Amino acid sequence: MSSVEETDAPAASRQGQAKATESPWATAFRKLRRDRAAIVALAVLVAIVVVCLMAPLYARHVAMTDPFVTNLNGTVMIAGEERPVLEPSTTGLGLGLTPIGPTWEFGPFMLGADNQGRDVAARMLYGGRNSLFIAFASTLLCLVLATLVGTTAGFFGGISDTILSRILDVLWAFPIFLLAISLSIVLLNQTLTIGPWRITSGSLALPIFIIGIVYVPYVARPIRGHVQTLMGAEFVTAAVGLGASPWRILIKDILPNVVPRIVVFVPLILALSMIIESALSFLSIGVQPPGASWGTIIQDGQGLLYSRPAVALVPGIAIAVTVLALNILGDGVRDALDPKSAMRIG
Amino acid sequence: MIYALAARLGQMALVMFGISVVVFLIFFATPGSDPSARIAGRNASQETLQQVRHDFGLDRPLPVQYALMMKKLFVTRDLTSFVNRGQKVIPTVTRAIPITLSLVIGAALLWLIGGLIVGLIAGATKGSWLDRTLMMISLAGVSMPVFWLGEVANLITQSRFHDSWAFSWVPALGYVPFGRDPLGWFQALVIPWIVLATLYVGLYGRVLRASLIETMQEDFIRMARAKGIGERQVLLRHGLRTSLVAFVTMFGLDFGALVGGGALLTEVVFGLQGVGKLTYDALQTLDLPMIMATVIYASFFVVMANFVVDVVHMFLDPRVRDAF
Repeated sequence: MSSVEETDAPAASRQGQAKATESPWATAFRKLRRDRAAIVALAVLVAIVVVCLMAPLYARHVAMTDPFVTNLNGTVMIAGEERPVLEPSTTGLGLGLTPIGPTWEFGPFMLGADNQGRDVAARMLYGGRNSLFIAFASTLLCLVLATLVGTTAGFFGGISDTILSRILDVLWAFPIFLLAISLSIVLLNQTLTIGPWRITSGSLALPIFIIGIVYVPYVARPIRGHVQTLMGAEFVTAAVGLGASPWRILIKDILPNVVPRIVVFVPLILALSMIIESALSFLSIGVQPPGASWGTIIQDGQGLLYSRPAVALVPGIAIAVTVLALNILGDGVRDALDPKSAMRIG
Repeated sequence: MIYALAARLGQMALVMFGISVVVFLIFFATPGSDPSARIAGRNASQETLQQVRHDFGLDRPLPVQYALMMKKLFVTRDLTSFVNRGQKVIPTVTRAIPITLSLVIGAALLWLIGGLIVGLIAGATKGSWLDRTLMMISLAGVSMPVFWLGEVANLITQSRFHDSWAFSWVPALGYVPFGRDPLGWFQALVIPWIVLATLYVGLYGRVLRASLIETMQEDFIRMARAKGIGERQVLLRHGLRTSLVAFVTMFGLDFGALVGGGALLTEVVFGLQGVGKLTYDALQTLDLPMIMATVIYASFFVVMANFVVDVVHMFLDPRVRDAF
């Protein structure tokens, strides 16, 4: 939003420092620990990350297949009976093949197969790894860029502020999916060489880059406003009066007050990145085959929606649970660090 | 006021120019393959490549190429697709606009009403179980990917429960023009409306609740109560009215963003041939001229929507006016 008033932070941080015995961070952690919903959400997130990291173990020892190789003629033993992974259709016109449905047992094809005969449960774990990795990496990229841009524009003002703000305006107005589509249609079908880096079409760097930059204005603008407010604060005037150099003021006075703001954004940007990643992968411009992410598995399941709904439903549930946990954690972190901020993102 | 308006207008023109340059650079100046091959699509013949090179002035300097592209998009409007031979791109986009607008306007009505109700109830019963339940549901709605929710809705209404009394009226996926069959138009769009609105009901409910709670602690609310005005009156006439400014601003931005590409996923899942679906189809066939047109037109729409929001804001709030 372009016109959020930024007036609360200095007061809030001063309140935090009023308790001389406890640092503001300690206060925040104490508050967060008391927030039961946020703690549950954090536990859920940790569990999801751990489970997804075990993808190779699951594929080798439970699913016993390689989930990245098409398996059109494979068979599987279920309840002592050998069945083909892709069975002839029994519904409709009886044409084509229907992949095996979920067994709901801890073993091969727990969630069934996709239309290439690959184990959906194993792909879910590998896909989760990709989805989470992309979300973390692009959030990191976004916050680093936004902090750089926001503090530079707010701290130095003048011409650098004007230029950076205009760039943010352009990025802000750019419809996110259309930007992603434009970039990926040009980049996905070729190998891009930028200096020492070669980005091949299947690389995760591309979705990370796209998702990382589209949310920069959402974070950079509030940070810029916050820095501008801080520049008018008494302790900054005092530092100027004491003859502190601009860099010293930036590092000692401004940045420590900006960091809580950035921390508040972490879970929210993570949640948004998860959603955008799934959407891009669903549109086939995110993670490229044979790689998987929760979004690509939903896309795989689109054609099987009426015959094998589990393929599309399960990754969606995984996304919703992860993003919900991130949002709950985000609320908790915001309440703990910055109770008065009326920030909104969508 | 006039000065502020002019300044904002100039800023808008600058942003539009910036966007057009970025789009142009993405399509014409990204290192790697030959732009004429990109524009001509897969497996284009030598003659087509020659023609593209000539039409887009690819052998001339970049500023000339930029001017030529803008001319094709806005002045002569004769940008043609090479994948679907001879298809004029701009009229195709223009024909798709009513479909996108139908989807977004209907959903917007739903989420405005829904968000208002949720926000008001939760804000008025702050801290109660009702408030907490509503906020939890809102958060869940915000957390679901819209295309997935659309598929779940399709699964329920088109397949699993289509034969039950509840969903037997749901027509097959696709769009029915309003002029031909108003009832069919409505039936075809109800489910997409609900799916698209789900996310925003949660978002708007949460924002309204927060802003309502903040407003209700202001001095003028205490004043109103001290004057003996009933609590409902205070909430609706004094509290809600002040809280609505943020609500309206947000609405303008979200509406613009949805028409300008955000509704793409919903259109794809429900097979509605709007601008988003057009872009998606062009992505599948690598139809670059089509994508250039939708991207430029949609982002210009977003910029204009943002401009309208700012102007409305200027009229509502003198402080914003003076800030320019």
